[in-house]
Amino acid sequence: MSAQHEQAREQMIASTAPPAEYLLEAEIAEIEHERGLYPDTRAIGLEALKIVQKHRGWVSDESLLAVADYLGLPVAELEGVATFFNLIYRQPVGGNVILFCKSVSCWIMGCDAVKEEISAELGIDYGETSADGEFTLIPVPCLGDCDRAPVMMVGRDQHRNLDQQNLGEIFACYRKGRD
Amino acid sequence: MVANPLTRNIDFSRPPLDLPAYEATDGYRGLHEIARGLSPADVLRQVKDSGLKGRGGAGFPTGLKWSFVPAGDDAPKQKYLVVNADEMEPGTFKDRLLMEGDPHLLIDGMIIAAYAIGASKAYIFLRGEYTDSERILGQAIAQARDKGYLGRDLLGTGFDLDIILHTSAGRYICGEETALLNALEGKRANPRAKPPFPQVSGLWGKPTIVNNVETICNLPGILAWGVDWYQSLTKGKDHGTKLFGISGKARTPGCWELPLGTPIRELLEVHGGGMRDGLKLKGFLPGGGSTDFMLPEHLDLNLDYDDIAGAGSRLATGTLILLDDQTCPVGMIGNLMTFFSHESCGYCTPCRDGLPWVDEIFRDFEAGKGSQRDLAILEEHVDYMGPGKTFCALAPGATAPLGSGLRYFREDFERHISEQRCPYRN
Repeated sequence: MSAQHEQAREQMIASTAPPAEYLLEAEIAEIEHERGLYPDTRAIGLEALKIVQKHRGWVSDESLLAVADYLGLPVAELEGVATFFNLIYRQPVGGNVILFCKSVSCWIMGCDAVKEEISAELGIDYGETSADGEFTLIPVPCLGDCDRAPVMMVGRDQHRNLDQQNLGEIFACYRKGRD
Repeated sequence: MVANPLTRNIDFSRPPLDLPAYEATDGYRGLHEIARGLSPADVLRQVKDSGLKGRGGAGFPTGLKWSFVPAGDDAPKQKYLVVNADEMEPGTFKDRLLMEGDPHLLIDGMIIAAYAIGASKAYIFLRGEYTDSERILGQAIAQARDKGYLGRDLLGTGFDLDIILHTSAGRYICGEETALLNALEGKRANPRAKPPFPQVSGLWGKPTIVNNVETICNLPGILAWGVDWYQSLTKGKDHGTKLFGISGKARTPGCWELPLGTPIRELLEVHGGGMRDGLKLKGFLPGGGSTDFMLPEHLDLNLDYDDIAGAGSRLATGTLILLDDQTCPVGMIGNLMTFFSHESCGYCTPCRDGLPWVDEIFRDFEAGKGSQRDLAILEEHVDYMGPGKTFCALAPGATAPLGSGLRYFREDFERHISEQRCPYRN
């Protein structure tokens, strides 16, 4: 990209970027709380992305730009961090994120068959969200419950000893919980 | 005497002990000794004398690591203790047990470590996915703060300590201590060049000790019951107890605290209940996904740093992953390669480009398209990505199961080529 293009692009971003006011009061309060825990603003940047995601489910371009503006951090740097970490979502996700462990112990214990069952039940593959917007399926490294494999998380809950039978009950619970 | 200092309070049929109940079991003795005048140098000496080695994987002597932190009037005033609770090594599930089973043991140990190195601020770098650990540790930290065991001027000692529970945004590379520090600073978790070592220039450029959860949980016992007691726990050359685990197709997989030096066979047969009916042990990874395979012929070795190293592997996290005779070794190694490839931070070439290449070859083997040429490329990568040729230990970790797997399970690789399919599939 030429310098001219670069400049034009930056101006465009600057003119459309949501300012810090885009952030919710509750988000700002939580971000300010983090300031007391870390001596450097860059560290707050990553925490702020997690806070925004907690409130909105994911980190949109608008959220990212607003956080950068609020904290005075370079957009490119914050974007570099946001895309590096597995648990920052840069695309919208469903109401419940399924973190499905496909690491070695779960693989030995047959997680591939369980994953096929999830895909059949919800109609989604890795990285996709079910048509009803309830579930997003994401693979995750070892969830640290290997003696009770296969394992997955739904939202903040861990589910162990998965098999083709108990999956249905688990998903039904989450669906009911939202009615 | 106490024989299981790490797990003695753990009982998952009830909530973990709160602060008064924990204290009633000889908890926080270290802090009270400090209040009675125990000096940081005394603590350091006891930990050095105990022979405690780091339980995170590398097995470096803990007291020696601490001794590199600058002390005295010229030393930087701000120092940090960081607890590596980013348990993410495939097949490892021991730190979770400690944090969710007895959270005050970790806080107790952190007070001791922070006092020894002169750190007034400590971070627990916790895996974001460990939501139960987050809740349980959060409650325990609040109790300790209310009691005055954290905060300013602990028990009138003039020693300040606060603990901040940080949840990771998730990447395996954060387990590497300098990558972890970058992540804590809000940066991409690329490892740093060493030297300078974190002990001298770590978090925000200040002297920093990074210790694993289980390492820290060894400290309260050493302070409460002494070095002689600690050394009497072992059955072998290394001191203390350790958490050992079994995953894979054993009858009763699990995680247990055993003396170092316990025979591997005892772990598998007595605690793990042996292999499930109809299955035979073909091999095992002794300490998580980045350790070399060992074979059934190694079962009579002891769970000891040197013994395992003598068989060409590493004790590392002490959590065994079993490979049975009906599970495909090529598939198992391929699964690990997918993991390592995904978790490479992308900083150095052998790891960033080598691991995806290796991973792709394993997919070809799986699809019946493997060739002798592929096998040669895999062999080459064991060398190209090996120790000393990459920026950090991630890719060398991947070459451990890869290299040993190629050596021990050659016939399985050959059959994938000659039969143009996975011979373990019906």
